[in-house]
Amino acid sequence: MALIINGREYAFEGDPRTTLLDFLRRDCDLTGTKKGCDHGQCGACTVLVNGQRINSCLTLAVMHDGESVTTIEGLGTIDDLHPLQAAFVKHDGYQCGYCTPGQICSAKAMLEEAANNWPSFVSENLSGETRLTPDEIRERMSGNLCRCGAYSNIVDAIVEVMEREQ
Amino acid sequence: MKPFEYNRANDLDHAARLTSDGARPIAGGTNLLDLMKLEIETPDALVDINRVPLGGIEPDGDELRIGALVTNSACAADERIRRDYPVLARAILAGATFQLRNKATTAGNLCQRTRCYYFYNTEMPCNKREPGSGCSAIGGFNRIHAVLGASDACIATYPGDMAVALCALNATVEIATAEGHTRSVPVRAFHRLPDDAPERDNVLEPGEVITAVVLPAPPGGKHVYRKVRDRSSYAFALVSIAAVVRMDGGAIASAALAFGGLAHKPWHDERVDALLVGEVPSDALFDKAADLLLDGAQGHGTNDFKIPMARRTLKAVLREVTGDAE
Ligand SMILES: Cc1cc2nc3c(=O)[nH]c(=O)nc-3n(C[C@H](O)[C@H](O)[C@H](O)COP(=O)(O)OP(=O)(O)OC[C@H]3O[C@@H](n4cnc5c(N)ncnc54)[C@H](O)[C@@H]3O)c2cc1C
Ligand code: SF4
Repeated sequence: MALIINGREYAFEGDPRTTLLDFLRRDCDLTGTKKGCDHGQCGACTVLVNGQRINSCLTLAVMHDGESVTTIEGLGTIDDLHPLQAAFVKHDGYQCGYCTPGQICSAKAMLEEAANNWPSFVSENLSGETRLTPDEIRERMSGNLCRCGAYSNIVDAIVEVMEREQ
Repeated sequence: MKPFEYNRANDLDHAARLTSDGARPIAGGTNLLDLMKLEIETPDALVDINRVPLGGIEPDGDELRIGALVTNSACAADERIRRDYPVLARAILAGATFQLRNKATTAGNLCQRTRCYYFYNTEMPCNKREPGSGCSAIGGFNRIHAVLGASDACIATYPGDMAVALCALNATVEIATAEGHTRSVPVRAFHRLPDDAPERDNVLEPGEVITAVVLPAPPGGKHVYRKVRDRSSYAFALVSIAAVVRMDGGAIASAALAFGGLAHKPWHDERVDALLVGEVPSDALFDKAADLLLDGAQGHGTNDFKIPMARRTLKAVLREVTGDAE
């Protein structure tokens, strides 16, 4: 079996206990995705599977045969940053940087969810167009903890990308 | 994590064959894997049901059938759920995070296990994890524990949000039995009280697979889900209430209330619903409803605060849902 990670095929034949996170970091040498709590609580391991953001620590690699995974390495490169990466740099959306790959993968998926008008807990109306106010962004990003507390700069970075995309 | 045998099922028969042989279904994995890493759950075999065709939200006459594998995200974003069953969309959105809800499934969410600290701590006795070992929460730190329907064996709560709304909506769980039959259980009767067997959270028998949750015809009325928690986002409920109430000419025409955070199951008390019907909303009426709900409520020390908190939350919800601003 194999997974398509950042457009490239990676064979998987390991122990079924291997989480998607461990497979990425240990077997594929894609160490951009970080292991924080390893229990789905901190969001550092957020990656996109078939375009949706998930916690890669709470899923098994073997469950994703043939599926497409995007990690931070698949979003941009040092010479060609993804707009979210550039905005995080510009707004200082981190201090130690450990949560940043998860924050950026999460933000990318969040912008798409909002474009599809998925409501959140703080949305006043369940139906209708989603407007990403700072409150909405904070709620929608609450699965990504930042222990340095760069939250306000993270929101600023996301707002900038969102406004540019509109 | 303990080693296990992994198999992927492609259809329900295949899944049922494997579960009959003792394999444990895995759907989103967000609860089961968490517990397996801690070796609280140690299944010898897993059956991955994600490729069994149990997805999709389909009307069935007036009812709406939500497949067992529909993710929490897809369910809360479904237009029919948002329009006709807003209490369900609101309850789902109040739980966990977007990342987790993208994986969490309807059936997995129903079957999620308690968040009791001692259940999670394999160094401590816990009757739910290890029947007969004792309950560390009784006489211990029990801030998140039950005030209704607990037993001497266990005072844990069912932690989920979605099921509380399903309980108010009087939805039904559709189950494929190990013998290949289908049976239906109302959500209100799906989760158990702990009595002397707290290791059993619900009425699923070994080998059974949940295939869907069926919502009755849209109930109309006003829908509210209120969740009281330690943080305003990404925390389990201390107390939560799902309410579906229809008014007619200033009086309450119908009422269905369910409560989270109070018991080993989403709590529904038909006496509370019945007390409200036909009455004109007032503070006195709401107090009577709270008296009835909390008749027999028992704190265990650190969770005593939940009793007045449930009363205040119920009154606030009833004010909101009946439009009575007193
Ligand atoms: C950090 C964190 C915060 C959370 N916060 C909340 C919250 O605020 N509110 C809330 O409600 N929930 C919360 N959750 C719990 C989350 O909602 C559940 O983990 C999720 O719903 C479980 O669904 P799943 O599909 O991943 O289940 P799995 O982990 O795959 O399975 C859970 C159980 O269900 C069984 N199962 C799954 N599918 C079937 C089936 N078809 N038939 C029979 N049995 C089946 C499995 O065998 C297992 O026992 C949180 C979880 C985490 C990790
Ligand atoms: S309350 Fe239940 S789950 Fe918690 S320690 Fe006691 S027996 Fe275990």
